[in-house]
Amino acid sequence: MPWLRTAAASLVVCVVGGALLWRGTDGFRALTSEQARRVSIARNPRAVPVVALEDQDGTAFTLAAYGGEPVALEFIYTQCVSVCAMLSEEFRRIDRAERLNGTAGRERLNLVSISFDPRDTPIRLREYAARYGADGRHWRFARVRDTRELAKLLRAFDIVVIPDGRGDYQHNAAIHLLDTGGRLARVLDINVDPGEVARTAASTWR
Amino acid sequence: MMGGVAGALIVALLALPASREALERLMITHMLVQIPLLAVAGGLAAAALPDNWKARIAAWNDRGISGILMTLIVSSWWMVPRALDWVLVSPVMETVKFVSLPLFAGAPLALSWRKLGGLGRGFVIANVLPMWAVVGWLYAAAPVRVCNFYLVEQQVVAGIGLLTASLALALALGGRALLLTSAQLAEPH
Repeated sequence: MPWLRTAAASLVVCVVGGALLWRGTDGFRALTSEQARRVSIARNPRAVPVVALEDQDGTAFTLAAYGGEPVALEFIYTQCVSVCAMLSEEFRRIDRAERLNGTAGRERLNLVSISFDPRDTPIRLREYAARYGADGRHWRFARVRDTRELAKLLRAFDIVVIPDGRGDYQHNAAIHLLDTGGRLARVLDINVDPGEVARTAASTWR
Repeated sequence: MMGGVAGALIVALLALPASREALERLMITHMLVQIPLLAVAGGLAAAALPDNWKARIAAWNDRGISGILMTLIVSSWWMVPRALDWVLVSPVMETVKFVSLPLFAGAPLALSWRKLGGLGRGFVIANVLPMWAVVGWLYAAAPVRVCNFYLVEQQVVAGIGLLTASLALALALGGRALLLTSAQLAEPH
């Protein structure tokens, strides 16, 4: 009876195929690698490698220095006119909200913008900070001094930077939140409301 | 026999580091050249299988239904943007691509297409072509970058390519149907 065997084969194909599609898309939540990255990080917060950073004033620091304070991170380059401009504008709104609305007893969210462009010197970072009205303390701008360490950091965050051949870069852009243990715990979209960013940060920070 | 050799040769050529590098560098050649060719290779090999093998498979593939389901499921995975990114960083997923497209997309398609009958083929075409067109249009028009490893310009080109391919295929199939119908009408009764 070919139809019976065909029905059995079709059932196997659909069950196995469906299960593989389900796994490959994290339950149909991740059709892109960016979504997959966010799902994976929310499920399993990642350790962040200790990398020597240098801020806009030339001061050396590491992310471990925040010692359990809430941190929101972005990856940018200062000459970017598209996606980082939107991302830094979002950081400006978060910075403003944290400054003006108060933090209702919780710690103020620290903002750190890390450049992946080797051309970004502390002077350029300082100009960039001024452009967004950042105080350089609650919102810091940094570069990674060692390019190998930069690659390691980008890999830990699954940030993919590709030069477009015209002196610019294309890269995945998002708001990255570190939890109390300094681990990368959540990744939020650029256009999320600043209040929600603060609330999500507080929820990962207990 | 010849088909089997041709299929194996196509897969081997596509697996060469130089051709992988060349075809996977651009999204459009990855999606619209390498992936379809891998399926074609499997189809050629399957069509050349000895008759007793075909009969044994056909016993499980009445009217081509289980085969076309396999093709549709496997090919739909390789249209997911994450799959394109994934193979670029994972040798395991790259191997899965090189195995699954010939064996589980191209081969079952070749073994099922004729058996589907006119209605079945029409149903598959009517579902697949609009899906390709919509995906292509989304890639071209959406402001969202869907692949982390491809520039947004490449995504637009791939989208336009997919849209063009589906429209061209629709026109060709429509034109063929028209010609066949008019030829039938012209036949003396």
